[in-house]
Amino acid sequence: MTTPLLDVPLLDVRGLSIALPPGADRPLAVDNLTFTLNPNEILCVVGESGSGKSMTAHAMMGLLPAPHVRVAGGSLLFKGRDVLTMPETEQRSLRGGRIAMVFQEPMTALNPLMRVGRQIGESLREHTDLTAPARRARVVELLAQVGLPNPAELAEAYPFRLSGGQRQRVMIAMALACQPDILIADEPTTALDVTTQKQILDLIRSIQAERHMGMMFITHDFGVVAEIAHRVAVMRHGKLVEYGPASDVLNRPQHPYTRQLIASVPHYIEHRDDHAKAGAPLLVADKVRKVFNVGGGLFKKSKEVVAGDDLSLTIHPGETVGLVGESGSGKSTLGRSIVGLIKPDSGRILFEGTDLLSLDRKGFRPYRRAVQMVFQDPYASLNPRHRVGDIVAQGPVAFGEDRSKALARARDLLAMVGLDGSAADRFPHEFSGGQRQRIGIARALAMEPKLLVADEPVSALDVSVQGQVLELLDDIRRRLNLAMLFITHDLRVAAQVCDTIAVMRRGRIVEMGTAREVFTHPRDAYTRSLLDAIPGKSWHIPDDLQKVPAGAH
Amino acid sequence: MMKSDFWRAFVRNKGAVLGLVILIAIVVLAAFASVFFPGDPWEMATAPFQPPLSEDALLGSDMLGRDIASGIAHGARVSLLIGLTSTAAALAIGVTLGALAGFHGGKVDDAIMRFTELFQTIPNFVLAVVLVAIFTPSLTTIVLAIAIVSWPPLARLARAEFLSLRTREFVQAAITTGQSSTSIILRQILPNSLSPIIVSASLMVATAILLESSLSFLGLGDPNAMSWGYMIGAARTVIRQAWWMSVFPGLAIVLTVLALNLVGEGLNDALNPKLARSRG
Repeated sequence: MTTPLLDVPLLDVRGLSIALPPGADRPLAVDNLTFTLNPNEILCVVGESGSGKSMTAHAMMGLLPAPHVRVAGGSLLFKGRDVLTMPETEQRSLRGGRIAMVFQEPMTALNPLMRVGRQIGESLREHTDLTAPARRARVVELLAQVGLPNPAELAEAYPFRLSGGQRQRVMIAMALACQPDILIADEPTTALDVTTQKQILDLIRSIQAERHMGMMFITHDFGVVAEIAHRVAVMRHGKLVEYGPASDVLNRPQHPYTRQLIASVPHYIEHRDDHAKAGAPLLVADKVRKVFNVGGGLFKKSKEVVAGDDLSLTIHPGETVGLVGESGSGKSTLGRSIVGLIKPDSGRILFEGTDLLSLDRKGFRPYRRAVQMVFQDPYASLNPRHRVGDIVAQGPVAFGEDRSKALARARDLLAMVGLDGSAADRFPHEFSGGQRQRIGIARALAMEPKLLVADEPVSALDVSVQGQVLELLDDIRRRLNLAMLFITHDLRVAAQVCDTIAVMRRGRIVEMGTAREVFTHPRDAYTRSLLDAIPGKSWHIPDDLQKVPAGAH
Repeated sequence: MMKSDFWRAFVRNKGAVLGLVILIAIVVLAAFASVFFPGDPWEMATAPFQPPLSEDALLGSDMLGRDIASGIAHGARVSLLIGLTSTAAALAIGVTLGALAGFHGGKVDDAIMRFTELFQTIPNFVLAVVLVAIFTPSLTTIVLAIAIVSWPPLARLARAEFLSLRTREFVQAAITTGQSSTSIILRQILPNSLSPIIVSASLMVATAILLESSLSFLGLGDPNAMSWGYMIGAARTVIRQAWWMSVFPGLAIVLTVLALNLVGEGLNDALNPKLARSRG
């Protein structure tokens, strides 16, 4: 490893501007960006989607989608030499050799038809003179370094055999292959479950410290920033708005945008009062079980996957129950069973005393209105060819309401979720993610439900928008005295909006109790590991940016 | 706003514009055939075996003295008519079956898809020949025969679209808000699956025209309708003495099919903006 010269930063970005093609929402994706990265330092670049944070990394790696997007000005100095003006061959040897990158999506970043070991060996073949056996040995060594079990065996495996977390480890091993001076990580943990995220963050931190690399870590999550950053750069609309040591930015943020971002980090509110469970339960799920048959065909027996087993849960009027679990834990299966999108194999779902599962299509119809759903993906949940007013009014019209009346009410509802009157006449593609999620909420409310099932309603949204949508949901539920089943993978979000929390793992509910109990005295080991994995838990959000407790209204 | 976007994307593809111009010219030719060439194209107009650019026949005459140019103009009617109606019929069968299979899935899907495969295992053209031969050639039987052999790909396409759209959240939202299956199929899914279906339908018109020409070439065309395929078929014995009798109708077929393919390509670019952009 080269000895770092202290007066020359490892990476010096000076006035970097990246131009977008004409017709984009702004002329410059990145506007006059200046920052430095020193050896043995983790620089977190924070921003919401479209802030230009990934573009900056892509410019460094020569990944800008030419010819539409190009560098319009400025320089990228690596150890004092401008990467942008180097000849192509020199740039290539730099990339993968001195500067390496880890991508967000581990599921697509590996070539599915190439053995893991060979993929890692490729950059060794490109950038070093090692012989084939030496390369193989090095690959196994790298796989061991990133904490993978049976590295020799794993090198011979195809990517589909590995889990998301394992693939991300392979990606990191690949990036480390040539001992780079700079590692760029573009949201490397965003696609992972929270416990896996913790492991990967720990790994990244220890590897960085061990090798004294300079690291540029791109993220949207201030919790993650609090875990690993030495210095922080906050970007918005392509511009750098705040830049400084992590302790300053996290604890004494100056720029209003940084303050807004930090204030929207979901966190547990200590003072939320326990929900007073009044009267008969609205919904009781009793030993619900669902098995999916995967694969199979005319001559092949299908495989059974238990998505949910022995799921029992009670929701009282006006109560918000959080269903928390990692991907594949069966939380969506339960939610979908309650709204009638999935038919469970056994068990009962009682709504005001009536077993929904015993009803046929016709008998279930009246209950459709009472139980409504808010979906996860605001881009997929609205029909792109229908006007927003129609989307909201379609449900009531299907139940025989007069069309013009339903449309008039749709406008009222859109106003209620914070959209202006003209929204009804426009198409979904004219709205942002957060606005679309509001439309989805209005659509559910149009049916005048008693229970709202919200399936990861904010996980596809930017943090600041997330906060607004959560507030809206909380506000509406209180005004209409709605009961809500809130499905999420994020304990922080659950803590913010839920009265009661049920933790799911592998198709079972492992713990259920009031939010206060679950957070302060978790009984189950898995709940404890989930709580432990929350990024940035040791960071105390500045008091003036803490949320007003929901119970204090 | 969406319409003007569509046009801008379509016009960007120069080939598509050229195809559209040719296609419009052919449609005009077909529509005004009786104005440009009054009289029956089957009637003798001049001496037999007149080469092109002769006095009474711009593109020459055939062995019975019929005007080739007039035959091409009137043949355009038959070709376009058969191309459009048989595609419409194929769309009706294919999209209905595909939509039902894709939406309902499971056993319905299995049954419909096995039925579709039954048709796909028999060579298209052979089946069309057999059908026309059984039902005596006429415009109606030809249209039906072409429709019956060409719906399976459309059914598969519609099924694939419906299968993937069915799991989309907006369709699930329609289910949870109590909309009926018919309304979900017609109002939610179908409009979103139309783009690829329109594109392949435009290409199917071209295939249908080729099929009709091939049938006529074999003498299985409607004996009362002048068609390009018939003209080539009749002229094939004298191709060495009188090339113009088969070359000009052949050119008409090539131009029409080419135009339709270009337009289909353009539609594809304009309706699937993602694809168009990646082609840069």
